[in-house]
Amino acid sequence: MTSKTLSIEGLTATAVIDGQRQILVDDLSLTVQQGRVMALVGASGSGKSMTCSAALGVLPPGVVKTLGHVTIDGVTHDAAALRGRHVATIMQNPRSAFNPVRTMRDHADETSRALGIPVSGAGDRIEDCMRAAGLEDVKAILGLHAFEMSGGMLQRMMIALALLSEAPFLFADEPTTDLDLVVQLRVLELLEKLVEERGLGVLLVTHDMGVVARLADDVVVLDHGRLVERASVVDIFHKPRHAITRTLVSAHLSLYGMELSA
Amino acid sequence: MTLISARHLGKIYRTHSLVGASARKTVLQDISLTIGEGETVALLGRSGCGKSTLARLLVGLERPTSGEVLFHGKPVSRLDRAETKIFRREVQLVFQDSPSAVNARFTMREIIAEPLRHLTSMSEVEREGRVQELLRLVELPSEIAGRLPAQVSGGQLQRACIARALAVDPKLIILDEAVSNLDIHLQASALALLAQLQRESGVAYLFVTHDLRLVKRFAARCLVMEEGQIVEEIASADFDQVRHPASRLLQGAVLPPLPGVPCKGHPVSAKG
Repeated sequence: MTSKTLSIEGLTATAVIDGQRQILVDDLSLTVQQGRVMALVGASGSGKSMTCSAALGVLPPGVVKTLGHVTIDGVTHDAAALRGRHVATIMQNPRSAFNPVRTMRDHADETSRALGIPVSGAGDRIEDCMRAAGLEDVKAILGLHAFEMSGGMLQRMMIALALLSEAPFLFADEPTTDLDLVVQLRVLELLEKLVEERGLGVLLVTHDMGVVARLADDVVVLDHGRLVERASVVDIFHKPRHAITRTLVSAHLSLYGMELSA
Repeated sequence: MTLISARHLGKIYRTHSLVGASARKTVLQDISLTIGEGETVALLGRSGCGKSTLARLLVGLERPTSGEVLFHGKPVSRLDRAETKIFRREVQLVFQDSPSAVNARFTMREIIAEPLRHLTSMSEVEREGRVQELLRLVELPSEIAGRLPAQVSGGQLQRACIARALAVDPKLIILDEAVSNLDIHLQASALALLAQLQRESGVAYLFVTHDLRLVKRFAARCLVMEEGQIVEEIASADFDQVRHPASRLLQGAVLPPLPGVPCKGHPVSAKG
């Protein structure tokens, strides 16, 4: 398997708020490589989630993508063709991502149908994916509804559905923010394993620099929809250049009683 | 001096519906603790271990199934009217989920002034002055006073909730994951603000959290909970020597400060 590269190029998204046009994502470009984790960091409202939504064509009402495109190995793909096939998505608060009146099996079948996977044999595949996502007793879990499962189980189920798609890229939007600290660690370990073993390319959206330190290879920093710094994870923590990055890193380090050097 | 204490607290939840009562669920068992004046105590535990229920019992939002909460040595259930008012004023709670902790139809001004209306004899003019003072204290712009909760950011709303808790000069503030949802730079500034207030007014904090990083920075003493019980008590400075498996699990889950640093959370120099 050759390693693919996904590029977001010149992405711009605008909204009209109180009669004024506001730029939420401003000419943003970044790349995600298979087998690597690119972290997208910034304060709340800096446009992190909006970047993912704009790239995948799932912007909320009132927000429009005005410019930019997404390529994989240089070939431009329409947003609708990317979703599910090339890019799987997991989100914060997995509970709200599931239909409350449907079982996990229904969700798995729906994903299979949407991807055109024949239903015969789909059963084994979803069970394999669930095991890969660290779920045990998969037959019983397939019969459960979202309210019968913990947040950590639901996030693993989301990851299993993402794996089912066999998409080479994963957009993970604050995947561990609502989880217990111990569950968070397990989910991060799982993502790390999938990156190593399956060559998943991850765009990790987070506000927690601890998550970045644990998982990311490269980092881009956003402020008011604009990319202000791009560097390797080591450089971001040890040699942050932009004021926004320095603020993020020093606030993070202060939680550990540490200070930014230099 | 002991401000508030709990003696052998237990809490059992039981839901009732048309088809009868459900099974009894024991949420807290035999909890005893004391919080002294001006002290900062952390209550650490995983989701679902009963931390928030304990917080609700301590402020009197719910009654224990067994045991009792004592305020200045007197059981809360036996306080008279005047003493209850003092108890409500002196012990304040800041909730984790700020949007659900405020009335969506109240402005920021009304939200922060509510305890002043119920627990003090301030005039409207005095209340407005106090609201403005509190907004400055939590670093919110004064023009925010007229806005509704939906018109401010999550971080701003949480700071308004902290301002509301501070309004009546409490002796103890229970912070139930009150900074966990804030952006990391806001967490740091919220903690700095709370520490500064403590130096100025001598308020005590019970800091309910699952984030060990905050505990070490903020609290002198730490109680670890698991499945409704306090399983270990330790000085925060000695947290590296915790023994109970529940404490060690939490300790091992702390995210690393820097890339490539093992997750044990020992402070190391940031020089790279």
